[in-house]
Amino acid sequence: MFSRVLIANRGEIALRVIRACHELGIEAVAVFSEADRGAAYLDMADEAICIGPAVPAESYLNIPRIMSAAEVSNVDAIHPGYGFLAENENFAQICRECGIIFIGPPPEAMRLLGDKVEARKLAKKVGVDLVPGSDGVVEDVEQGLKIAGEIGYPVMIKAVAGGGGRGMRVAHNDMSFRSGFASARAEALAAFGEGAVYLEKLIIEPRHVEVQVMADGSGNVLHFYERDCSIQRRHQKMIEESPCPVISEKVRQELCASAIRIIKQANYVNAATVEFLLDKDRHFYFIEVNTRIQVEHPVSEMVTGRDLIKMQLQVAAGENLELTQKDIKHRGVAIECRINAEDPANNFSPCPGTITRYIPPGGPGVRVDTHVYQGWTVSPSYDSMLCKLIAYQPTRDEAIATMKRALSEFVIEPIKTTIPASLSILSHNLFVKSKIDTEFVERNF
Amino acid sequence: MAQWDEQFSKLKQIIEMMKDHNLAEITIKQGEEELCVKKAQPVQPQFTAVPMFGAGMPGMMPGVAAPAAGQGQEAAPQEAKPAEIKSPLVGTFYAQPSPDSEPFVELGSRVEPETVVCVIEAMKVMNEIKAEMSGVIVDVVTASGSAVEYGQVLFKVRPD
Repeated sequence: MFSRVLIANRGEIALRVIRACHELGIEAVAVFSEADRGAAYLDMADEAICIGPAVPAESYLNIPRIMSAAEVSNVDAIHPGYGFLAENENFAQICRECGIIFIGPPPEAMRLLGDKVEARKLAKKVGVDLVPGSDGVVEDVEQGLKIAGEIGYPVMIKAVAGGGGRGMRVAHNDMSFRSGFASARAEALAAFGEGAVYLEKLIIEPRHVEVQVMADGSGNVLHFYERDCSIQRRHQKMIEESPCPVISEKVRQELCASAIRIIKQANYVNAATVEFLLDKDRHFYFIEVNTRIQVEHPVSEMVTGRDLIKMQLQVAAGENLELTQKDIKHRGVAIECRINAEDPANNFSPCPGTITRYIPPGGPGVRVDTHVYQGWTVSPSYDSMLCKLIAYQPTRDEAIATMKRALSEFVIEPIKTTIPASLSILSHNLFVKSKIDTEFVERNF
Repeated sequence: MAQWDEQFSKLKQIIEMMKDHNLAEITIKQGEEELCVKKAQPVQPQFTAVPMFGAGMPGMMPGVAAPAAGQGQEAAPQEAKPAEIKSPLVGTFYAQPSPDSEPFVELGSRVEPETVVCVIEAMKVMNEIKAEMSGVIVDVVTASGSAVEYGQVLFKVRPD
């Protein structure tokens, strides 16, 4: 097992990894930018090193500075968290070249599954249905129009290197296709440095369902069941739950087995999430693989009683998962609400500022994953997520009741947060009946 | 011309007043006429709320160099606070070019903007760090051979 690990991230996920390290007897080294100087979670690390100014390019995204910090702090491995460098194959490669273990997949597997077009080809190869699409990069608008005609409108134009909902446009006809094609490419080039796009048929009333997978170095690939992440706003997830309330056990087994086939085929190691769209007839279609641990991993941890971050550390240290799929049972219902420093009444605009009063919820069935505390100043330099609030109970109705109670107890003042929005969604009749899809939030709120 | 001289002398008075009272901006309206004078500001980090930082800042990060023992601030209380040369990198600080050479600078050394004051080794690359100011070294804060983080104070300089 490692003796020291550096965490190349910040905020709640840095704290999450520090906790897992400490339970495994590993020393945790945190890095921070000037904007995070003084954060209390840094005191929980065994060492904390300032790596640059607030701007991510000079700190959390700066590979030379992070590698220098790894060198002077003498670590065995680096955990990249999520976001930032977590899916940067160049970073994974550099770690390997420097003799530092990257806690995640090998660069080759990351590269293969991170490329949306290659991932689709791989999924097709192992017999997983894809959303009908262009089967490759669309070189120009005329080729795109032809394919769109074959697939049938509406179509989604998506960036090959995309993520986080960027570099995507919907087209309902030839005219909106022409403009959408150009703007998707421009946005992709600006956001990811790569303007290539492909096409997918737009599924009506889709649900977003993803499968948590963990693979060790001996070829043992396990799933930790699915999460339904259909509650989204502008492609940003707001609420996630497990199990998916509307699929049969048969569909669940097929879904999870498909995810495993994809991960095995890529010779992938460590944590991954395989994303699918579910249509109203409960057919599922492969979308993409996230080659990292995700924000909503606690949902799967609660329903299987496992610690995914510890498993990441163990797998990266060369330990085999002493588990078979039969050992991983799904029990109860877990729901997670992301709480962001955003004002729902003002188009969810970010609300940086200092939290002068902070009282988190508690009691049975409540888990709070956060780096935030009274006196914390929310910086405008990073994303607005403050906290992940998770409720876990034997049934969905009880989990919803616990979540509503916890949200109502939660005091975060004076900044605005998304707590009221989460409460509204949880109280909505359609959410309770789970008659929802990925457009639900934008339609109703 | 007389009107211009009068305006100019008023402007000078306003500027003097701003300096005296450390004002950043002043706007004077007289009927239809409005005069606005702004002092050029250094770039400040933006905070949108009252910065009520909670519970103090945590102390020194463990494992990273403490100031070299026996060195203290020498600037007299009436003088301007000494300028600081801070590390722009994460790495290992070396005060001299090689183990048996003389240090690049010492207490009392004169520095110009292009003067190399130390080397910081990062990932096997030796980076020469320049003073980027003119003055005299009044404190050598960091011990040679120790790990440094971004922003760590290496030297204090009494600027010209």
